[in-house]
Amino acid sequence: MKSDSKFLSAPYTVWMTVFIVLPMLLVGYFAFTDKSGSFTLENILSVGQYSNVFLRSIWLGAVATVVSLGLGYPLAYIIAKMNARRQNVMVMLVMLPMWMNFLLRTYAWMTLLEDNGLINSFLGALGLPRIHMINTAGAVVLGMVYNYIPYMVLPLYSVLTKIDKSVIEAAQDLGANSREVFLKVVVPMSMPGVISGVTMVFVPAVSTFIISKMLGGGGNLLIGDLIDMQFLGSAYNPNLGSAVSLVLMVIILICMGIMNQFDDGEAAGGGMLL
Amino acid sequence: MKNTIISLKDITVSYDGEQVLGGFNLKIHDGEFVTLLGPSGCGKTTALRTIAGFIKPDAGDVFFYDKNITSLPPHKREVNTIFQKYALFPHLNVYNNIAFGMRLKGCSEKKIKETVHRMLAMVDMTGYAHRGIGQLSGGQQQRVAIARALANEPKVLLLDEPLGALDLKLRKDMQAELKKIQQQTGITFVFVTHDQEEALSMSDTVVVMDKGMIQQIGTPTDIYNEPENAFVADFIGESNILDGVMLEDYSVKFAGHIFHCLDGGFGSNTPVDVVIRPEDIKVVEPESSLITGEVTAVTFKGVHYEIIVDVAGFKWMIQSTECRETGDRIGLSLTPNDIHVMAKSEYSGTFGDYSTFSDEMGEDKNASSEALAEEEGSADEI
Repeated sequence: MKSDSKFLSAPYTVWMTVFIVLPMLLVGYFAFTDKSGSFTLENILSVGQYSNVFLRSIWLGAVATVVSLGLGYPLAYIIAKMNARRQNVMVMLVMLPMWMNFLLRTYAWMTLLEDNGLINSFLGALGLPRIHMINTAGAVVLGMVYNYIPYMVLPLYSVLTKIDKSVIEAAQDLGANSREVFLKVVVPMSMPGVISGVTMVFVPAVSTFIISKMLGGGGNLLIGDLIDMQFLGSAYNPNLGSAVSLVLMVIILICMGIMNQFDDGEAAGGGMLL
Repeated sequence: MKNTIISLKDITVSYDGEQVLGGFNLKIHDGEFVTLLGPSGCGKTTALRTIAGFIKPDAGDVFFYDKNITSLPPHKREVNTIFQKYALFPHLNVYNNIAFGMRLKGCSEKKIKETVHRMLAMVDMTGYAHRGIGQLSGGQQQRVAIARALANEPKVLLLDEPLGALDLKLRKDMQAELKKIQQQTGITFVFVTHDQEEALSMSDTVVVMDKGMIQQIGTPTDIYNEPENAFVADFIGESNILDGVMLEDYSVKFAGHIFHCLDGGFGSNTPVDVVIRPEDIKVVEPESSLITGEVTAVTFKGVHYEIIVDVAGFKWMIQSTECRETGDRIGLSLTPNDIHVMAKSEYSGTFGDYSTFSDEMGEDKNASSEALAEEEGSADEI
């Protein structure tokens, strides 16, 4: 039985070794070597000069995550309260944009947001002043929210539908009005969904490069763009690129660690704070 | 007479066009232990949820003392519910679950702490305050649910089949404990169950329901000894229900003979249902009895034997401590006290004959019943 399951997992083990573990080791190797292949800490140390890029990435990623949560939570809550047939339709609508190519979706936003794009043409036709939207931090956040919000809504929805109706009734029965039911029962019980939604939006948002490239212009360089430039761009330097990737990985790991800590605390004795 | 604390007046509730309660009337007295008893789908849980406020009736009114609370939402009612699946808050520990209601009311932490520990002591869970809900067994969760509801000091406690998920031994313990808590606190309990034994052993008043209507209200002894129709007689315990004719007061004819009985007031020559409880029938020699029949099945039940007797095509159930063999001819002896007469109802003829029952018993392997073994040969090979 045991050998059977080992045998079944072999293809994935091989896959993981070749395409995940090996590349990671390579990233580590490049990060700590220079062009001639000898050991150096220079790459890691020079990451410090890009701290503004890191901060901007984390800041924009965080803003996009908060906006996604703010929009996604009410949506997931409303969907979870619908009857089963409508729920299926709504979940499909949430996922529908994901069926379209990621690049195409982002291009679509470009044509909408451009100075001579659809929105500005429309405003102009109405005689209203045009708004500069493309190549701003706001446009990057918009792109992130638009692309990643399904990853926020789906885990929230799945947690919210699983909340037992009798638990809600128990809270009402014990004297909680609808606001108190929401704050003291629904929100704490949906925390696991919030955590996974936040993780699933924040991580790709922080490391994205195509969104900032297309909607942010040159002025909103993110870590993703920085790494991209080291490998494919003008500033070809895979060693520095690897070092930046490594630091980014560590930062994301720390962020996730903090989030999970928060989740555990909530489950064990978080109620004491009420 | 005690005050009426809850009254339901002409309550009608329908789900998707199907009527669950129709013109339902019930008065519950202060400090009583009332049980709503009936098969699943009889509307007992709906009645309870109407009192709790989770269901708004299509028509009719709910009164709390003299106040009409029909449109009052659940969180403003002075009643608390214990749910079938306990419905504890999984994100809170035992202490915070019990404190939930008091915190909403804005009680001081000092009072909360004192009450929580008093409640935990009452349900025998001292020392469990800081456990998580997931670490508790079903019985312990049930105790926490009881403590949580009682900590709110409700005037009425509603219990929706709270013991359904527990095993038999634990259920018996909890029955005794709930009864004790009810007597200690003096809180009115409204208990919903489909278990007739549970209803009889715990309640002051039993309300037997079927098809959204009350079939009978009475003390456990009334319900058992004086059932009002064939449904109640059959649902509460085992009953032999026979077609009979009330010849005149205190004289009833059934199974081809005239018997003296203690019932009257039905008029003369009125068709009636006659109930005879299996444990009231005495097994005698066939020569010394009016009713005789052949034993078709015997099952050992521990306390007694369950004997099915074919009397001219109608199968009676007898519970006796004496063992009889299948195929024996026996006599059935009755005293006037054993015979209970009921008016005919819509349930007449649907219950109380054990013909089908005896077939089911073929599944129970019984070494002594050779005749049965031959009849049910295939089933007995198991």
